[in-house]
Amino acid sequence: MATAAKPKHIDRRRFMTDSARMAAGCAVAGSLLAYVAREAKALPDQAIRPPGALDEDAFLAACVRCGLCVRDCPYDTLVLADLGQDGPATGTPYFTARDVPCEMCDDIPCVLACPTGALDKGLTDIEDAQMGTAVLVDQENCLNYLGLRCDVCYRVCPMIDEAITLDLIHNARSGHHAIFAPIVHADACTGCGICEKKCVLPEPAIKVLPVRLARGAPGEHYRLGWEEKDAKGAPVVEGIIDLPDRLPGPGTDNLAAPGGYIEGLVDGLPSTPEGAFEGGFDPVFKLPEVTR
Amino acid sequence: MSTKGKVHLPVGQEALEVKGWFGAHKYLVLRRISQAFFLFLFLMGPWFGIWWVKGNLAGSMTFNFLPLNDPLILGQMMAAGHWPETTALIGGLIVLVVYALIGGRVYCSWVCPINPVTDGAHWLHDKLNLQKGWQPKRSARYWILATVFLVSALTGTIAWEVVNPVTMVHRGLVFGMGFVWAMVAAVFVFDLIVARRGWCGHVCPVGAFYSLVGTKSLLRISAVKRDDCDDCMDCYAVCPENQVISPALKGKADVTPLILSPDCTNCGRCIDVCAMDVFRFTHRFDARVEAPSDAVSNPESPNRNAA
Ligand code: SF4
Ligand code: SF4
Ligand code: SF4
Ligand code: SF4
Repeated sequence: MATAAKPKHIDRRRFMTDSARMAAGCAVAGSLLAYVAREAKALPDQAIRPPGALDEDAFLAACVRCGLCVRDCPYDTLVLADLGQDGPATGTPYFTARDVPCEMCDDIPCVLACPTGALDKGLTDIEDAQMGTAVLVDQENCLNYLGLRCDVCYRVCPMIDEAITLDLIHNARSGHHAIFAPIVHADACTGCGICEKKCVLPEPAIKVLPVRLARGAPGEHYRLGWEEKDAKGAPVVEGIIDLPDRLPGPGTDNLAAPGGYIEGLVDGLPSTPEGAFEGGFDPVFKLPEVTR
Repeated sequence: MSTKGKVHLPVGQEALEVKGWFGAHKYLVLRRISQAFFLFLFLMGPWFGIWWVKGNLAGSMTFNFLPLNDPLILGQMMAAGHWPETTALIGGLIVLVVYALIGGRVYCSWVCPINPVTDGAHWLHDKLNLQKGWQPKRSARYWILATVFLVSALTGTIAWEVVNPVTMVHRGLVFGMGFVWAMVAAVFVFDLIVARRGWCGHVCPVGAFYSLVGTKSLLRISAVKRDDCDDCMDCYAVCPENQVISPALKGKADVTPLILSPDCTNCGRCIDVCAMDVFRFTHRFDARVEAPSDAVSNPESPNRNAA
């Protein structure tokens, strides 16, 4: 019995050591692979995924990097990431708006071409796409913000007046002109990048960013009182007393703040010059004198 | 030195003399043509604007009608938690069925763009007479395959695709190379210096996967005329998976001459290199053994197929 069992025993032991060695090797190789795979999840900010792309995590589980979307894009917008390029996960499709933006094809051929569902066929109207969100990142160099009438991003936007509007604000520099501020409305912006492409500056003042970078998020429990009130058609809290609004200026309970000092209040400071107000701001307009 | 009648000729010398250059390289040439052909199909679009085939080996569309998808990648995708759309499922199924019929590793020897690289490394390895180097068990690749699925599930990504030289090289050739040359060089150097026949024979999980796919495949190599074998060992020298030969070639009379190991890549090099024409392509139910050609009559020849 012992003679028969011995070789078997050795066989089993060898099998066990071999398997253990193999498992250990795979654990090391697997950890490395997992590390590399996780690294590859870092998507650079200027790389925009095609329309309908699932969110980045789901996308990397779904995209087989076949490039069929790239082939069917009539504008050569999409490219596959090269290996070793400082870009998205190797072989995955993306575009750089400043190079070639998405022209927002009506039939969305890229989505139709995708065999895996990495680009969601649920996207049937390109105007619902959310590839990214345009952000006017540099108000100091945007020509419109400087008070000129460039308007290019606004005019080229396929979603003009929905995704970008020009909102008038007072031009404090000239004192009597308006600034036509390009304002992006994230809900309507598809992230096509045409505005970024066409911005006349050498480095665009408006850029398409991934939604995760471009947008904040309100607290889940936040409600906008005025909207709730409109929706209800009545004050949200019943029986609430509407107090008079406080306005800046004399006659309110403002403290002595910029503008003047009451004599003796602070040591060593001169008294309030003649004619200066006694605290608070000098209002732009005065309430009519009310005689009580 | 040898006092025996037979001098040890360089590998393939005998076949060369008996069959001529083309006869001794027939399947090698056919394979290279096939590899070039499949690559060319994909290059017709980018090079000449003829878009019969779009995409790459990971997923393609032929004549806007026939989808083909790499089933290994789809498997990882499912492990990562994404259920593919019907198009990819159909594409994957077609590929699976085809390779299940003709032999999984036909992919390796007739299609894979890395194969010429590792073949080249092996050729040079032979020329330079280098050491075998690191030889992990042949089963290592199955372990790696399992690891790939595990990592896909854990990271939620198609894990092997971040390093897979097979699809990277193909994608590189069709869509633009980038640093893929480095990948090719790495595989070449690995096979040349670190491990003889290392990548395809011991490591590549793609090959391992297709081995599994082809376990029951119909197209097989058979050592039909094994009784003619003169023990020159040339087939062992050229076979990338030479552990598969012995059971068929050296089997007793009641053992099938078919090479049934799924590791066989159906490359046909053994057919080329054998001066005695021992091997040939056949199907898995053809377990004939032919009588030795110099014996006038051999009564023990036709053996019944047991399986
Ligand atoms: S919508 Fe048209 S332009 Fe935009 S990425 Fe898709 S195919 Fe290209
Ligand atoms: S078609 Fe779909 S799976 Fe293929 S590269 Fe484009 S997004 Fe990825
Ligand atoms: S990216 Fe620019 S051009 Fe495109 S929809 Fe948004 S705002 Fe308009
Ligand atoms: S083992 Fe891998 S690299 Fe080698 S031929 Fe097969 S698939 Fe290609």
